[in-house]
Formats: sequence, C-alpha cells, structure tokens
Amino acid sequence: MAFDEMHGRGRSRRCRTPYRAMATWLDGQTSEQLTTRRQQAEALFHRTGITFAVYGTEEAEERLIPFDIIPRVLSAAEWRRLAAGIEQRVRALNAFMYDIYHRQEILRAGRVPADIVIQNAAFLPEMLNVDPPRGIYSHIIGVDLVRTAENEFFVLEDNTRTPSGVSYMLENRETMMHMAPDLFSRNRVAPVEQYPEELRATLESVAPAGLDRDPVIVVLTPGEHNSAYFEHSFLADRMGVELVEAHDLVSTETGVMMKTTQGLRQVDVVYRRIDDSFLDPLAFRPDSVIGVPGLFEHYRAGRVTIVNAPGSGIADDKSIYTYVPEIIEFYTGRPSILKNVLTWRCRRPDDLAYVLEHLPELVVKEVHGSGGYGMLIGPTSSRAQIEAFRAKVVADPARYIAQPTLELSTCPTVTDEGVAPRHVDLRPFVLLGDRMRLAPGGLTRVALKKGSLVVNSSQGGGTKDTWVLED
Amino acid sequence: MLGRTANDLFWMARYMERAENMARLLEVGHRLSLLPHEDGGQEWRSTLQSAGCEASYIASHDTFETREVVDYLLFDKSNPSSVYCCLSTARRNGRAQRTAITREMWESLNGAWIEFSRSASENVASDALPALFDRIRDRSALFRGALLNTILRNDTFYFTQLGTFLERADNTARILDVKYYVLLPQNELVGGGLDSAQWAAMLRSVSAHRSFRWVYRDAFKPWHIADFLILNPQMPRSLHSCYAEIMQALSGLSQSYGLETSCQALAGTMLSRLKMLDMPGIFQAGLHEFLRDFISDNSRLAYEIAAAYHFND
Amino acid sequence: MRIVVEHRTRYRYEAPAAYSAQLLRLTPAVFDGQKVIDWKVDSQPATPLREGRDGFGNITHFLTVNRPHEGIEIVASGTVETADTAGVVAGLSEVVPLAVYLRHTPLTEPDAAISALAEALPASERVPWLHALMAAIRERVAYVTGVTGTETTAAQALAAGQGVCQDHAHIFIAAARQAGVPARYVTGYLFLDDPDHAVAHHAWTEAWVAGLGWVGFDAANGVCPTEHHVRLAAALDARYAAPIRGMHRGGAGESLAVEVKVQQTTPQQ
Repeated sequence: MAFDEMHGRGRSRRCRTPYRAMATWLDGQTSEQLTTRRQQAEALFHRTGITFAVYGTEEAEERLIPFDIIPRVLSAAEWRRLAAGIEQRVRALNAFMYDIYHRQEILRAGRVPADIVIQNAAFLPEMLNVDPPRGIYSHIIGVDLVRTAENEFFVLEDNTRTPSGVSYMLENRETMMHMAPDLFSRNRVAPVEQYPEELRATLESVAPAGLDRDPVIVVLTPGEHNSAYFEHSFLADRMGVELVEAHDLVSTETGVMMKTTQGLRQVDVVYRRIDDSFLDPLAFRPDSVIGVPGLFEHYRAGRVTIVNAPGSGIADDKSIYTYVPEIIEFYTGRPSILKNVLTWRCRRPDDLAYVLEHLPELVVKEVHGSGGYGMLIGPTSSRAQIEAFRAKVVADPARYIAQPTLELSTCPTVTDEGVAPRHVDLRPFVLLGDRMRLAPGGLTRVALKKGSLVVNSSQGGGTKDTWVLED
Repeated sequence: MLGRTANDLFWMARYMERAENMARLLEVGHRLSLLPHEDGGQEWRSTLQSAGCEASYIASHDTFETREVVDYLLFDKSNPSSVYCCLSTARRNGRAQRTAITREMWESLNGAWIEFSRSASENVASDALPALFDRIRDRSALFRGALLNTILRNDTFYFTQLGTFLERADNTARILDVKYYVLLPQNELVGGGLDSAQWAAMLRSVSAHRSFRWVYRDAFKPWHIADFLILNPQMPRSLHSCYAEIMQALSGLSQSYGLETSCQALAGTMLSRLKMLDMPGIFQAGLHEFLRDFISDNSRLAYEIAAAYHFND
Repeated sequence: MRIVVEHRTRYRYEAPAAYSAQLLRLTPAVFDGQKVIDWKVDSQPATPLREGRDGFGNITHFLTVNRPHEGIEIVASGTVETADTAGVVAGLSEVVPLAVYLRHTPLTEPDAAISALAEALPASERVPWLHALMAAIRERVAYVTGVTGTETTAAQALAAGQGVCQDHAHIFIAAARQAGVPARYVTGYLFLDDPDHAVAHHAWTEAWVAGLGWVGFDAANGVCPTEHHVRLAAALDARYAAPIRGMHRGGAGESLAVEVKVQQTTPQQ
C-alpha cells in the first residue's frame, strides 16, 4: 500500500497534521458539492484560460489539462527540508557546469567519467570558456520529486534547460482561491503569486555588468505554434516584458537589438524558450530560422545574457543523473540531502543482466526519451508487453536505463467514484540569480487513472494546487 | 513596443474596419440589384471597384451575377479583402498580440471570427443575406466598442486608431470616386438630373442617408453629398473626420515618444487642406482628380507610418 | 621565413541584401613558431569589426551590416614570421582541457572503415604511429578537388578515396580520437615556391603527444608543418574552425570569389 499524503501508511488511516483543516473541509462536502466544484473549476479555467490562451474555442482544449480541486499539502518543516535539498542540488549542478565548461576538475579527478561529458550531445564545446554573469548556467530549474514514505523523497529528474509548467502552478492557485476561499481562511498557505516578480528580479540580476539603466528583458519564443506558447506569453505578460520572436531581434556591432516602434533598442537579458541548437545559426544549426544570428557571439562577449545558458542541458542528461550524488559531494563537500533513485545503466553488461532478469519489477526508460513514452513499467505490464520490451533492450542496451518501481505517494483526488487516492509527483520551481528563490510548493501532477504511476499530462495526468503551510 | 506589435495592431484594426465597409458596400449593392430598371451587372461592377477588387474578380469570373459577386466579397478565401479573409486576418493579428490587447477586444475579434467562419455560401440563402450583413456590422461595432472602452490610451490605442481611420478614409474616397460623375453640379445642368437611387445608395454605403437629410435639410443638392462625405467635420466617415482622428493619433504618438516624424507633417498638410477647401474649389480643380490624389496620399501616409514606426524592419 | 598574406573574400548579391552577419577566424595565432609582424582584417562596406575569442581561444571578428548592400568584401592581410619547429606547436596559450579534443563531431564521427584504418597500423610509439597514420591516409585518399564539399564527413571521404586537405584532416582526426589521441583541425595558409601549384588556403591537423605537446601533421602533403605554413585557428573540426561563417537576409543570387596571395618577403634592414 502506497504512502498517502493525507493518511500516511497503515491501517489506522489517521489524518496527517498538515491535512487536518483540509480533512474537516472535505468531510463537510457531499460528493455532489465536490462534483459541482470540479465543474466550476473547469468553467473558471475556460474563462481565465481564455484570458491568456491565445487560442479560439476550437483549440482551447489544449490548455485544459485536468485540474483536481483537492490540494496537495506540505508542512513547513517538510518544505524546509526539501528546499535545503533542492538548493544544494541546484548550486552543485551549476558549479558542475561552470567546471566542465572551464577546467574540468571533476573529470580530471575521475569522479565523473570524462567520456559521458565530452561525448555527450548536450555538452556544447561552444560554451567552453564562456563566463556567464554570476557563473550561473541554469537560472530556472524544475526538479521532479517523488515521495515514497514520510521522510523519503527521491529526485527523478533535474530539468535544467527550459522547465515548463510554472504557469499551471500560478493558474491552479488562482482558480483554487476563487473556488474555495474558505479553505484558505482555515490554512496559512504560503503565496506563490510573487513568482513573476521573482522571475523578473532573477533575470535582472544576471544582466551584463555595468549597465547604466534598468536591464531590458525579453522572452524569446519560437512562435504561436509552439505547444508552450501559452506559457511564454503568460510569463512575458506577467513580468511586463516583450514577448519576441527571432525576427524581432537583430545583432548589430553594439549588441542584440529589439526592433521597436522607436527604432532599435538594446536587449540585455534573453529568457529563451527555444532549444540550444536553434539559438543562433552562426554558432549552432546553420538552418535555424527561429534563432538570432550573432546572439551567441554577443553572449560570449558579455553584451547580452542568455537564460538558461546554452549547454545547460548537460546537467539534466539521464547519463549524468546517476552521478549527481558524486557531483554534490565534489562541489559542496557534503553528502546529498535529496536521494537519487537507484539506477541501472543497461550499457554496462552487469547492469543489463540484472535488468533483463528483473524486468517485471522495474521501470525501464529510454535515455533520451521524455513525456512518459518509450517506457516500461514492469509491475503493471502484461507478460507479452514485457517480452516485447525485452527485445528492444537487448537490441540496443545503451539506449536504456532501469529503476526500481517506486510506489509513488497518493493524494485524495476527486474521481468519478468519489474521493479516491491517486499517485502524485512534485515539481518545485527554482530561480537562481543574485540569490536563490524557491516558489513554495510547485506543480503537483496526478495520475488520474486508478493505480497508474504515469503523471504526464500527455498520458492522462492532471494537476493539483500545491500548498506549503506556514508555521 | 515592438515594431511587429504595432504592425499587427494597425492591421488588426484596419481589417476589422474593412470587413465592416465591405458589409456596407454589399448591403447597398444588394439593395440596388433588387430595384427595377437598374443595370444590376453595372452596379456590381461599381461595388467591386469601390471595394478595390474589380481586377481580381474579373480574372476569375465571367459574369457579374449577384450571387457570384456576393460570394466573392463575403466568402472567397482567395480574395484577401473578402469578409472571410478580413476577419481571419484581423483575428490572426490580434492573436499574435494577445498580450497587447484587452480580453474584451480579443473576445470580440474571436467571436466575430468564430461566428462568421461557421457560415458558408451554401448555407446562406439569398434572403438571409441582409441579416448576415447586419451581423457583420454589429460585430465590428462590438469590436470598436470594446476597443474604445477598455484600451489604454497609449501607443497601442494610437496604432489601432491609425489603422481604423486610414482604412475608413480610403473607403469613403473610393465610394465617392467610383460614382463621382453623379455628384457633379454640371450633371444637373446638362439634364442628367438627380438620380435618387444612385446618391441614396452612396449615402447608405456610409450609413449616412438619414444624417444627410438632417444636416442639409430640404435644400440639398447632389453636390452636397460630396461636401458631406469630404469636408463635413460632423460626419464620422468624412475624409475630414478621418484625418482629424489620424492627426490626433499621430500627435499622441509624437508626444509619448517625444519625436516628430514625417508622418505628422504629411497628415497635417492633408488635414489643413480639408479644412481650407470648399466644394466649388474642388469641383473647379476636378473632383475625380482630387479624390485620386487623396487616395494616393492616404496610402503614402500608411506607408510612411509603417516606415517611421519600424513596422517591418 | 617572412610571409606576406593577402586574403580577399568577396560576396556579391544580384539583388541587394538587407542584412548580413559574419563571424571571422582570420587572424594568425602567436606561438613559438610564428610571430605576427602586422595583421589587419577589413571589410567593405566599412563596418566596425568586434574582436573576440571563441571557446578554443581563436581570435574572432564579428561583423554585421544592417542596411541594404550589394555585397561584402573581407580582406585579411599582413606579415607573419615563421620558423620550422618540426611541427611542434609550443608556446600557444591553451585554454581548452585536452579531453575535449577527443570529442567526436558529426564531421569526424569514425565508422568501421576508419577504425580499421587505425587498427591496421603497426603498434609503435605515438609519433611514428601518427606518421604512419598520415601516410596511410595519403595512400588511401587521393588529392582531388571537386569531389567532396564542406559538409563531407571523414567516413564519406575515406569511402570515396578522394578529397582535399579538409578531408585528409578529418580522417586523421577521426582515427586519432578513436585511438584515444587528442586531435584538432587547423586552418591556415601555405606558401609554395612554385606559385602555379598554390593551395594558398590550407588545413591540417595537430595531435597531442605527451612530452612534446601539440604536433602538426599535414596529411594532404605528407609532412609536418614547416616554416611555409601560416597557422590561423584550431578547433574540433572544419565547422568549429571555419575562417568565415556568415548569413544574410535578402540578397538573392549570391556569388563568391576568394583570392589568396601568399608571398615570401625579405625583412627590412
């Protein structure tokens, strides 16, 4: 039986402290009332969604990832511990990136095998000897966590390139406050609405040194056809900065300029939501039409800051992931506060043998996959599915890693059969600039299908508001 | 503001205005086609000229049948000035600048598009056309209302105003120019007489057939129509009114940007000409020539605005 | 040897271009075997060139033209004093960890044929091994122009059995890295006594030899670089070390003319 966020584990089913007020509230709701509230929430999403969703009704469905109205709650003490672990991790990963793009002490020391960095597609030789402001590569990070017991949190993935989903965190809170103001009056919930301000402050703090004016910030989007365009325009709007596409920017000898109604205006910080390889056709893929020629050259020279830095994907590569505990120890001198999930690398013969022997118990993932595709969850798969996957692993072992199946914690969720436990994960959002800023909570994703461990929205996952209670 | 944003706002407003003007032209054309003794084909040809679509229509059609012209101006996806394309382009421009416009503006744009895109030629019976023309005008009015009621009076507002009134001025001038000979004073002297159906149609196409009577009372002459649509500052679709709005928007821009451009000078010259001139003077120099020059100056101004405010750099 | 270089690159557009941006690596490196007496990089239309350094320590110039123009001309010219160091490149400021030069790139990804080529060489000390590799490549790939292009990979060139200096260098790099030897691509100019056989614009490789440091191998000519070689930039492959990488908007009908003059001169008394 999985650990339940509300009731803990075991038969007693006593309500855990952070959920007390919530439990009372839930007890007072009939299932009809909960269903009504769920419908209200959807209606609200349609409305606020329309405020920002650039799409007409025929396309609005895209935005409507199911929202569950029962929040996920973390106590102040739980959050403090998570925050300390996340902070340690984010600082260490940034130190790691600074190192591998400069002297590579960690490779020289043999703590991480050189070839998994040097031969890695996410490692950008172009970034060698670049000195980003404050030495930061990944300013905006989403750390994916899962919980298996009262004090057991594991990191599944560090999203260090362009984590998305923060707009859901903000809209979920907005919707929840509209829907159930009474719940907020019974709990002291740490606010998250300051996030856009904090994002802006973070971006300003990494502007090129020596500016004699307020930094000019832009959000660079590939355009309205990108699936995350809603979030790009949402964040630009909430920060009060321009949302630009590549052809709104031009490099001159001065720097990267934005084409405004009053002529060219120099841009200081580019929060880019496009991939490294498309950033600048002069430095990366020459066929990119969504990039800005010369952007990288000005970045190298310190005339503009790119956030997150090109090449920051190396820190969330699945082959690097297994070394993060060593990375943390190397740069902080302390053991990792948050645990990694035990991982077998099928490229190693010993690991492969173990994995093939234990397929029915394991989760097997593609090294370069995402979104919950190309993945086997042993315990919930049929024998035929397992055998089909075995053939794939045998054919190309280096493409796969395997992990034990974690019993993700559950959280009460409104379902068609009434309130029932469903598995959840957690993505806190971290900002790193002049200081670290951590939005209390983050985005809780929930697998709406009974028993399912897959929380990805592309595969039937929904989201919940996430609360951190204040002491 | 990004140059691209200004460009999108300008064209969003311009296409909404064009959709409305198209609906009016169609309404009048449709009405004329129902009258006896009129050469329907010739009337539709004039409508196409006023809409600036004559050449492209002829390239793809052999006759001037009512339904064919109506379909071309309403639904044809290959005609960039059809109502379908105007609403689609306006919405696309607005969508690209979703964060620059207000929710009310977006909803009116989006609503207009969704409603219109559901109607297609085959499911609009001929007797349902007048109602459809009305709805297009209603939708445009809703958009203008949302804009005027909710938008900040900054450059966002000024660029949408410029789009609206440049388009409106162009439209009014074209309507006059296509039938300018009906309005000439000598026309009456040589016994052409007052072709009431013709000039009433002209007034209707700018929604002015009632206000005209109020302004000129009983003593009206056909050339008063030209006066009304060109020089009268009270008439909201007159060239004079359009240029008063354009001048205001340009002054707003130069104030908020702290910069005068060549546009202010050009628009200023055009506005003072409209203030100084009288109809006898215009007739003497040639009404057609006046309108031709005006249309060309008007499009030059649009071009200079795009250049001065870096719409497409 | 004192060498005078004048390197002109002319882009012409039939319809004017609205915008151009170019990144140039056209400045000679300074090290024990090479002194730069004077050097300049100019462009036409005149536009300020921003000097910088790429990740591999090469001097770069960045230029943009943000107004209509019918073409761009880039002239790199100056005088360089070279010395024969038997190919050893000492005294260069090295900014990149050695391990980076083991990275395979799309242009230098080894295939079975390249691995076989390296494995067939007699086991020996590193320097003789590298010489054997150079000889083997010369034997397998004839110097023929027009068969390969800038996007040809090492594997493709080896399979074709024909290529130019870029291809020889890429095969050398692919095989060396596969064998665990750090290697890099070098661009430069070559002064030839016989001006009729001028291949003024040239490329070769450098491989790392413990105890000696970086040692040059000009596989196309089967020699270690001499005082006839003027060294510009070095990086992972031809793309990373490209002397000119540019783009333009508008400007249909592009044509390109390159003219390189490399001459020996006597030092002024």
